Amino acid sequence: MTPHRLRVGDQPWVKWSLIGLALSLTTLLLVMPLVAIFVQAFQGGLQTYLDNLLDHYTLHAIGLTLFVAALTVPINLVFGVFLAWLVTRFEFTGRKLLITLIDIPFAVSPVVAGLLYLLLYGSNGWIGRWLYDQDIQLMFAWPGILMVTVFVTCPFVARELIPLMQQQGKEEEEAGVTLGASGWQLFRRVTLPNIQWALLYGVVLTNARAVGEFGAVSVVSGNIRGETNTLPLHVELLYQDYNAVGAFTSASLLAGIAMITLIVKSLVEWRQARQRSRLSEEIL
Amino acid sequence: MKLYKKVRTTAAILALSVASGSTLASDQLLNSSYDIARELFASYNEHFAAHWKTTTGKDIEIRQSHGGSSRQAQAIIEGLRADVVTFNQVTDIDILHQRGNLVPVDWREQLPNASSPYYSTMAFLVRQGNPKGVSNWDDLARDDVSSVFPNPKTSGNGRYTYLAAYGYAQKAHDNDTVQVDDFVRTFLSRVAVFDTGGRGATTTFVERSIGDVLITFESEVNNIIAEYPDHGFEVVVPPVSFLAEFPVAVVQRHAERNGNLELAQAYLEELYSEDAQRLLAGFNYRVHNETVQTEFADRFPAVELLSVEQIAGSWENAMAEHFSNGGKLDQLQRR
Repeated sequence: MTPHRLRVGDQPWVKWSLIGLALSLTTLLLVMPLVAIFVQAFQGGLQTYLDNLLDHYTLHAIGLTLFVAALTVPINLVFGVFLAWLVTRFEFTGRKLLITLIDIPFAVSPVVAGLLYLLLYGSNGWIGRWLYDQDIQLMFAWPGILMVTVFVTCPFVARELIPLMQQQGKEEEEAGVTLGASGWQLFRRVTLPNIQWALLYGVVLTNARAVGEFGAVSVVSGNIRGETNTLPLHVELLYQDYNAVGAFTSASLLAGIAMITLIVKSLVEWRQARQRSRLSEEIL
Repeated sequence: MKLYKKVRTTAAILALSVASGSTLASDQLLNSSYDIARELFASYNEHFAAHWKTTTGKDIEIRQSHGGSSRQAQAIIEGLRADVVTFNQVTDIDILHQRGNLVPVDWREQLPNASSPYYSTMAFLVRQGNPKGVSNWDDLARDDVSSVFPNPKTSGNGRYTYLAAYGYAQKAHDNDTVQVDDFVRTFLSRVAVFDTGGRGATTTFVERSIGDVLITFESEVNNIIAEYPDHGFEVVVPPVSFLAEFPVAVVQRHAERNGNLELAQAYLEELYSEDAQRLLAGFNYRVHNETVQTEFADRFPAVELLSVEQIAGSWENAMAEHFSNGGKLDQLQRR
């Protein structure tokens, strides 16, 4: 006679206390701070919120942040697709190395990334000295902010595409070639439809990070109000300035963008899952 | 693909607006300043723009960069093209000379009062009614009093506090090194939390309710009271404290390159005018102008101010002797 063995979680009290623990931790660590942002932002009423929001410098910070994101996303979209296509469709020496190198921005701390750019392009840097003589200002101006943002967000698209494209293989594209498709036709008609949801997912992540990046940007920004101050930097500045309500107002914008990102992300994930199940049905 | 088009147009509009924002207007000045001076300079810039308009007839746009002053200095060395610096630490302007020769070696002689148009001192912020009866530095060494101030290793604010306590002890114990060290050791052991910066220390004291005394700039103590009116905090200015200078300088190399030398010089000189000094006093900074001093006499209690020269010889000495690794601060903190 074998004794009846209980697995972990078989007893209802274990299950419920575990669920309760997870829920309360989530509430405490994630939901409460999020709610607190909005509570703080609206502390002085709607009018104060709007005043803080429509402040000249806040508006500029919003504009700059969106501008940088609007440039970062297409740059990394092209770069990511190109890179993913290269490493999944061709065999060449150094391919594995290239895949590893893509992850550099994930591996180094954003502050270090900012400092690296400063070392290169700052007025004492290798390239920076030449730029200084040409009177070209990259660091402490928006181009510098764009450069580091592109750097820290460049793996997102490629990372999303590579596994998918590896899984899909190159048969469909080879078939397209034998049928006489041109390079562009191949991409538009075969590759893109296959990867569109993963691509969109990568874009959403890129955008979220580009909008929220603090560390790298703070190193190269120079913190000039109304000029090189992005939204995350603006939050810190206002907070240092004893303007907590203003800081939380700007923070609420970032939180809002984050929530929109989450919604879009869930939608995309759902579509991706559908596509994947369709794909496996086709294979079966 | 409609979305694509939309994104493209938005990007174009934004690109235009950002680009036009950064094209050079006729008269433009970049002031790199410390992090809590935003309102002060917003107000002063308005004053100066009006002054410049009446004297030269030209319009001017003054841009502001704010941050921790050591980091600001670093950015200028790396190529942030600021025309003038208005800092809260002498050492941060010295470094502009040492690394890259951006300001002349004698920058402290370029303007009156050692190029420091205003100054402040370290003061105590205590809880409502001053329940521990704190009035001077020796109270902070009592075992029933705990204090909060930023880490002297990472913050100028903290260094000033350390030097103030040290200077007080030198006076009280007639420069007897053993007794002075003993006092400062006890004083440091009563510190509840060393935050990395002034803002962090304020949060610790106000929002986490830690400590009986928060030590920070006199000018800042009043801002904190204004920010948290419900807490009933009170200011105590000790009879002896540290002379915290707020030095300014033209970043000569950058101003020259930007063609702003004259404007930059005028911008800093105007800080010494009576109107500007009144404006500065309104932000709780102490000033040198005697008329303004009398007007604001009740706001600034008399205090004996010790300079870094009196306490440690010079900033260079102070940094080497007290704040370097293994220096006096490290020795006194060892428990």
